[in-house]
Amino acid sequence: MARIIVNEETCKGCGLCANACPKKIIGFVKEKTNNKGYHPARLMKPEECVGCCACAMMCPDMAITVER
Amino acid sequence: MGIVFEKPKAITDVPMHYCPGCTHGIIHRLVAEAIDELGVEGRAVGVASVGCSVMSYDYFGCDMVQAPHGRAPAVATGLKRAIPENVVFTYQGDGDLAAIGTAETVHAATRGENITVIFVNNAIYGMTGGQMAPTSLPGQVTQTTPYGRDIKTAGYPIRVCEMLATLDGVALAQRVTVDSVRHIAEAKKAIKKAFQNQLEGRGYSIVEVLSTCPTNWGLSPVEALDWLRSNMMPYYPLGVYKDVTKEEV
Amino acid sequence: MPEKVLMKGNEALAEAAIQAGCRFFFGYPITPQTELAAYMSKRMPKVDGTYLQAESEVAAINMVLGASAAGARVMTSSSSPGVSLKSEGISYIAGSDLPAVIINVQRGGPGLGGIQPAQSDYWQATKGGGHGDYHMMVFAPSTVQEMVDLVSDAFDLGDKYRMPAMILADGMLGQMMEPVALPESEGKALPEKEWAANGHQNKREHHIINSLYLQPQKLEEKIRERYERYHVIEEKEQRAECYRTEDADLVLVAYGASSRIARSAVNKAREMGLKVGLIRPITLWPFPTKAIAKAAKTAKAFLAVEMSMGQMVDDVKLAVQCSVPVHFYGRTGGIIPTPGEVLEQIEKILGGDR
Repeated sequence: MARIIVNEETCKGCGLCANACPKKIIGFVKEKTNNKGYHPARLMKPEECVGCCACAMMCPDMAITVER
Repeated sequence: MGIVFEKPKAITDVPMHYCPGCTHGIIHRLVAEAIDELGVEGRAVGVASVGCSVMSYDYFGCDMVQAPHGRAPAVATGLKRAIPENVVFTYQGDGDLAAIGTAETVHAATRGENITVIFVNNAIYGMTGGQMAPTSLPGQVTQTTPYGRDIKTAGYPIRVCEMLATLDGVALAQRVTVDSVRHIAEAKKAIKKAFQNQLEGRGYSIVEVLSTCPTNWGLSPVEALDWLRSNMMPYYPLGVYKDVTKEEV
Repeated sequence: MPEKVLMKGNEALAEAAIQAGCRFFFGYPITPQTELAAYMSKRMPKVDGTYLQAESEVAAINMVLGASAAGARVMTSSSSPGVSLKSEGISYIAGSDLPAVIINVQRGGPGLGGIQPAQSDYWQATKGGGHGDYHMMVFAPSTVQEMVDLVSDAFDLGDKYRMPAMILADGMLGQMMEPVALPESEGKALPEKEWAANGHQNKREHHIINSLYLQPQKLEEKIRERYERYHVIEEKEQRAECYRTEDADLVLVAYGASSRIARSAVNKAREMGLKVGLIRPITLWPFPTKAIAKAAKTAKAFLAVEMSMGQMVDDVKLAVQCSVPVHFYGRTGGIIPTPGEVLEQIEKILGGDR
């Protein structure tokens, strides 16, 4: 059991988390635009997350919290 | 379920102004994690330099002083000499450290000033819009080298760690990067060691972090990491150039 | 009364700083202030202080910035070309609301100029050698004793108003020896600096010492706030010595080394029956406009005497507000005018009134 919580307001949608994710289960919410004008990252297949923290390690905006 | 990863305590809640995908934020986090783990935020004083990272004074939770361009090592010297118990670090870019502040850098290093220097090398002047930096690569296209950096007229880039490693006052000179999870873990270890050295009074410790500038390189954040790997890493090899703790063994 | 000792101006400045509680000195060698730094290098280790020879004047002033940010009482010294290099740092110190004392033992300029005494850095000192809207307090001693007294005031007022203060001396004052009484202030309590970046100890919000305000409204607000402080200083801190001015037809205005020559000329003129006096500005910023405006009510003319091509004379003219003529006499490039030369000017101006 693991999950990531993305702070959708500080996320800049840069894609480094999705690129680092070994399971390739992070996507970007096209229907949402945050205060800064970015499409924030979101865990698309929560059941597959193993909580490896790779996404959070790569996030330049410290927008990801990981629970395991 | 418990939290296994979150923003470090030594980072404030002020949203960072860095461009999407700029690796400054990762390096900020590593510095803050080192401060948290060593339990020194209360006596840490950071020096923000001129360039993109100038506003790091808003992001680090410890006391902060903003230095004139290139002068961070001199300002840090004053801060450290005034209160030696404090943990003083500078956070400097390549233009700041290796061009306008070369004299301050070399002399703080050779004095063995007991400070920690985080040197962010992204081979370009970011804040002013992408001009040639002292670390821009031969042939690299920038706003002021539109035909590529011509070494015949603009000279060669400076390899800072190699240069400073020749000085007796330097305790640690190490080059790391943050392009991957593995390298980030190594960078974290180096940064923590650079702070540890200060706590143990070893002298000047510098960690050079190869970083990206997607905006001024004209690449996506992911492409920028690839560019860093294929262009910067061959010219600026990662590694430990000096480590007095190794020499002691 | 403390016992008097014979001291060189440069050394007296240094000892006075130590007596005022300064324990941090960052310098860089330059003639004619050399003895000051040398004295500091000898004395600081004895009082548990820090003497550090920086790699440049630029580095030295930024070390001052750092130590001041940490809350320390700190000083640097230099001479004209070196002060040009420090000007960047002085602008940042002013823009960060930090106190610090800067000594300028002036020599001839521009460029490398010469190494003999001059007063040609008046504009640089009082009008801001660095960029931006700012001031620093500028003190102009004319004796070795006054150098001692003003160093202590420069530290105290710098702390009070949170701004840099300069002692504007010159090569003549720096090199001359005179008897001085040093204040016995060692161990006096220095003011708390609640704003310092000295580590928050997890007990308060983090302090940011900064001069950057990207929002123009914020920057203007900050500068206006600083100028309110400047206005208080202009109101409260002007200092000048008025010498034989009560009945003077001609009032000389001179500071520092040239005021010593002007004083001799005034005495000689008085012996000749000429009604001449001297106003000697002790603070150059704030400029003693009140003393000059007061004298302008009765005097028929002013004569500014400087070791420059005429810099302070501008401020004299502003203070006199065109009510009477303001004349100028100066020598420059390291030449000190003689009392005879000044007397000649006095006679020329007062020619018709004798």
